Amino acid sequence: MGLEAKLQQDGFITTTIDAVVAWARKSSVWPMPMGISCCAIEMIAAADPKYDIARFGSEVMRFTPRQCDLMIVAGTVTYKMAQVVRRIYDQMPEPKWVIAMGACTSSGGMYRSYSVVQGIDQFLPVDVYTAGCPPRPENLLNALMTIQEKIGKTKARDFQNRTLADLELAQN
Amino acid sequence: MDLKELIVEKVKEKFGSALEEVTDFRDDLSLTIKKDQIVALGKFLKEDPDLEFIMCRDITAIDWATRKKRFTAVYHVYSFKLNYTLRLKANIDDDPPTIQTVTSVWRSADWYERETFDMYGIKFINHPDLRRMYMPEGFEYHPLRKDFPVLGIPGSLPLPKRAE
Repeated sequence: MGLEAKLQQDGFITTTIDAVVAWARKSSVWPMPMGISCCAIEMIAAADPKYDIARFGSEVMRFTPRQCDLMIVAGTVTYKMAQVVRRIYDQMPEPKWVIAMGACTSSGGMYRSYSVVQGIDQFLPVDVYTAGCPPRPENLLNALMTIQEKIGKTKARDFQNRTLADLELAQN
Repeated sequence: MDLKELIVEKVKEKFGSALEEVTDFRDDLSLTIKKDQIVALGKFLKEDPDLEFIMCRDITAIDWATRKKRFTAVYHVYSFKLNYTLRLKANIDDDPPTIQTVTSVWRSADWYERETFDMYGIKFINHPDLRRMYMPEGFEYHPLRKDFPVLGIPGSLPLPKRAE
């Protein structure tokens, strides 16, 4: 069973580059923990031994955007903070994904008010929305698995038609 | 002598007719003073050896919306010596609203006054650094005023551009 059995049989396997790259990417999604308010506590809980985000290869919470490919926006995003969130997102290298964790990030939540952005999809391309206030760690893990599914389906050509301008934006 | 009577008597003696109103509601004493006397009153309350209101706990304001004197600045000061919190008020009638800063009396008033400026647009004259506290720089409105809509004014707060 598994890789060892395969290697004993033939000594080689055939696959496509796309499949290998997608598999590698989805098995090591490094999150940028954008913990802005109480959702961050549940995000931290998802990293603890009980829920153990390491099971999905995402335990490497990097506090520098340069090393991340998944931004978990966990918490209420105010208009003032939106500028910061966007700047950090722009600093992450392509390809990158975004989880909008919790009601506030997804829709403004209970903060129907002048200071809170009513959904971060107004300025970020969101891949997965997570319901809950705050979502339980299982829910975040489910969002992560959905992201993994999405990454697993990516092919190299998905990123080929990016213009140079986009990539430069990503590096600034 | 009762503590509140002592405070009122002392302030009355010093400020006379500048003390507009004294209310004692639910054991909270509050003194309303003419707004040009607020710094002098603060200094007096802080430095009088019997009172020593050395701590400024909070500064905020009230927007009465329809009144002629639209804004009221509210100060909460505390005396460790008497273990007593006193409320000071000053009605503001000019437009745009202005009042003297009390930072020369209590240094902690600095950020409280910035917050009050941010939320109500009251200009504190001679304040060392009267910038906005919560709202972004360049924001033109004052959210806690009664004529400001709860959901804000569309387009007044810029969002970063959404890349396609």
